Amino acid sequence: MTAGSTAGASLGVARGWGAWKQVIIVGLLFAGAALYLTLVGIVGTFEERDVIEDVVTVGQGVLLLTAIAAGYAGARKAPAGATNIIIAAAVTGLMAGAALSLLILVGPGVGLRDYLPNASPDLYNLISGADLLSVENTRDMWRGDAFPTTFWFPALIGMSLGTLGGLLSLLPRFVRNLIIALTMALIVMGLFASIVRSPMLQHDLTSGLARELFASNGLRGGGVITVVGLVLLAYLAWVLLKPAQRYRALPPETRQHPALVIPAGALLLLFVLLLPLGFTGFIPSVIALVALYALMGLGLNITLGLAGLLDLGFVAFFAVGAYTVALLTSVGDFGLGWPFFMAIPFAILAAMGFGLLLGLPILGIRGDYLAIATLGFGEIIAILARSDLLKPFIGGPAGITNIPKPLASIGIEVGPDSWLAGPNQIYYISLVSIAVIAFVAVRLRDSRLGRAWVAIREDEDVAEALGINLVQTKSLAYMLGAAFAGLGGAVFASLYGSIQPSSININVSILVVTIIIIGGMGRIPGVILGAIVIIGLPELFREFAEYRFLLYGVALIMVMRWRPEGLLPSQVGRQEMHHEEGLTMEGEGSGPPSAATTDATAAAGTNGGA
Amino acid sequence: MRTTLRPRRRPSRTETAFEAAVSAFLWAFRILLVLLVVVGSILTLSSGKFDLETWVDLIVNGAVQGGIYALIALGYTMVYGIMKMINFAHGEIFMIGMFAGYFTSVILDDAGILNASPLASVFSFLLMMLIAAIASTLVALAVERVAYRPLRNSPRLVLLISAIGASFFLQYTVAGLVGPGIFRYPDIDILEADVSLPLLSAVGIKWIEVVVIVSALVMMAVLYLFVMRSKIGTAIRAVSEDKQTAALMGIDVNRAIVTTFAVGAAMAGAAGVLYGQLWGQVNFYSGFIPGIKAFTAAVLGGSGNIPGAMVGGFVLGEAESIGSLLIIDGLGVPSPGQLKDVIAFTILVMVLMFRPQGILGERLSRSRA
Repeated sequence: MTAGSTAGASLGVARGWGAWKQVIIVGLLFAGAALYLTLVGIVGTFEERDVIEDVVTVGQGVLLLTAIAAGYAGARKAPAGATNIIIAAAVTGLMAGAALSLLILVGPGVGLRDYLPNASPDLYNLISGADLLSVENTRDMWRGDAFPTTFWFPALIGMSLGTLGGLLSLLPRFVRNLIIALTMALIVMGLFASIVRSPMLQHDLTSGLARELFASNGLRGGGVITVVGLVLLAYLAWVLLKPAQRYRALPPETRQHPALVIPAGALLLLFVLLLPLGFTGFIPSVIALVALYALMGLGLNITLGLAGLLDLGFVAFFAVGAYTVALLTSVGDFGLGWPFFMAIPFAILAAMGFGLLLGLPILGIRGDYLAIATLGFGEIIAILARSDLLKPFIGGPAGITNIPKPLASIGIEVGPDSWLAGPNQIYYISLVSIAVIAFVAVRLRDSRLGRAWVAIREDEDVAEALGINLVQTKSLAYMLGAAFAGLGGAVFASLYGSIQPSSININVSILVVTIIIIGGMGRIPGVILGAIVIIGLPELFREFAEYRFLLYGVALIMVMRWRPEGLLPSQVGRQEMHHEEGLTMEGEGSGPPSAATTDATAAAGTNGGA
Repeated sequence: MRTTLRPRRRPSRTETAFEAAVSAFLWAFRILLVLLVVVGSILTLSSGKFDLETWVDLIVNGAVQGGIYALIALGYTMVYGIMKMINFAHGEIFMIGMFAGYFTSVILDDAGILNASPLASVFSFLLMMLIAAIASTLVALAVERVAYRPLRNSPRLVLLISAIGASFFLQYTVAGLVGPGIFRYPDIDILEADVSLPLLSAVGIKWIEVVVIVSALVMMAVLYLFVMRSKIGTAIRAVSEDKQTAALMGIDVNRAIVTTFAVGAAMAGAAGVLYGQLWGQVNFYSGFIPGIKAFTAAVLGGSGNIPGAMVGGFVLGEAESIGSLLIIDGLGVPSPGQLKDVIAFTILVMVLMFRPQGILGERLSRSRA
């Protein structure tokens, strides 16, 4: 970004060389990204799902987009001039493709599959275009017995698409954004096709339409045309009518006018209430799970978002809540058979008690150490849950089963087709809990206690000097977080009808932390958006499930790097996270400014890996 | 700035009822733990269930395990010293060393070199450690470049979260690349054999155990000399002490930090091979728990304190090894081995609560409470 764009006439040659070096680095990064995506198995796994039926799969799409992105990134680094840009784009695209060519040439011969199981004949067939070019005897080729004649295929495709990416960078922003929007919309609709299709098929009115637009797996021709048309219309409307700008230009009184707010709120409420009723199959339980994690996210949001305590032992309280409800309501071996609604307060109290018990000893510890100490608690609880020591009470590795659904536990039996079937009960219970937590959180945030939390998060020393009792204030935040974690665990146990120690692991804590971080610390819509993205997407698309933690890892790093306030941040959070010392627990001196070099090449690498 | 001297508790302020209750609770907690340890030990020892050989065996196991913890802990402590961050992904760096060693071992085994002769075995094992150290170093440098360097001046929590992201990324990348199964290290015959020296043969020690302890000690000695005597080691210490002044003195801060990451990762990678060969198996999750335990060792010895990490590693190894039998078994808990990990995590919490500066004292303890 630095070289090239500001190239002066006299320095043109020298800068040109520097720019070409950058282009080569970009090419190498994208070559690595292409190899990574294929060998880590993402391409192969997503082969199962079509974007457009029988035309392009998600797996292929990922590789094609990588090549285009390589070209685009290469073009951005190129020295000025259209020729240079096109050459740079072609070179970076070629390098990304050539990496796969190299894989085809070398992989089968050295028996790469013995070490990296994703390097399978299917993968070679895909990337070498053997299927497309109907090459014979691929089996010999991928055993290393015959020369892979189509090794040039990915390099050629890479170069072409790279060039395309370069051309894209030459287009005016208006057109480029339109193309990006179209691509995104096609991919998203292709992914959602099967989910939208199944409820549409159930009604006579929509079933014909559904068959026209969607295949069981991806879009049909009609669907592609519809999506393209709708996106074009929407884009034109967006550009010409500028609704967002107009809305923002309105005076606040108009924006918050009851005549506007109340119908909008009512519509939203109606949508949320009716959401699970529109679906059948596994989707209502996904919705219930999203609501459950949103509830836990809001709980941790008090601890992390308001008080700035990173609690990686969230799962410990989740476990306490889950096991309390299991013990009280289960009609199986260990349970007392209580009604669910009577058990809930006890689950919350037990979790709060544990929160106090575990919190008091460690709340004097500084922030990052606190995170690890709580992580230790989580592990201790998980170990205890599966140990022989507690086996006579909570069932050891087998856990506790036969936990009835909330309504069943008070003697109301509902059929699986009823609007109050199992997952929907959980959904509505979660909704009520979310409303309660959101109310509590908002009231607390603006209270004396909430301001004390924020003060502690900002600077413990100053907060203490202002007369805030650190241990007391922190332990309240910790206990509240624990209470909501316990509630989440209780609902979780009821949703699945059983609780096993295998559900008690660090990944639960990490998921909840990720929800908050991605969504935006300290803000309720952010947490809900986070829950939808982090929990909903992988549950809807099973292919994601395998790579979810990989993608979350990338997402955490990227969010911390470019948008530490999250996707939907609060105004205050935004200022805090960009402030250098925003969340430090003490006034640690920051390093010399020279160390803070951000580098665009590494950025490109992370992009490619994602 | 690191100049404020802040006492942990301010005696001048009158304690509220809440604070009094908290401190009473903490005291009860301490007394309870001491009671558990003492009663458990007495019961175990008086029951006479275990003979001397068992104890010697446990002590050796503890030292072996502790040596590996110490090697990993060095990486934590050095990075903590220089960047004041918890490198959450360090356990994964260790795991990558395990896998690099595993693949080297498999290739050597397929080529028939691994057990061809004692000399070939020794050479193979050294090669495994070397390749593991290189692989771990490369990955650690990439992580530092992408996930840590751009955030160097960010709040600590931001760095920690980025490190957690890196940790999960590495874990699941490895799971995706090689598959989620458990991989068995090929046996190296001479390392599996019992030591037949006069004093050691009585207790039945395997060569691998000797190798682990000796290599751990040698690597630590080399590291210590490197940090204390070499020019870049001096630079690392200077930057740990005061980044800004060091930069003013003409020290390349960036180079010192990168070297720290590289050295720590190399130790972790080599430790990975030792660990893998000792237990014989590796999995994408293998680095996580040892990583947290090694972090415990680093805290136990005093964060930022290099000899502290070594001592902390050995103390933690012994506590885990002996503790599960000495304390937990005496209390009549069924299958005490299951609770081995509880000891490590309890120690972590205890140290953070009651002696946050660690056994040898945090070298930079002035700056934090």
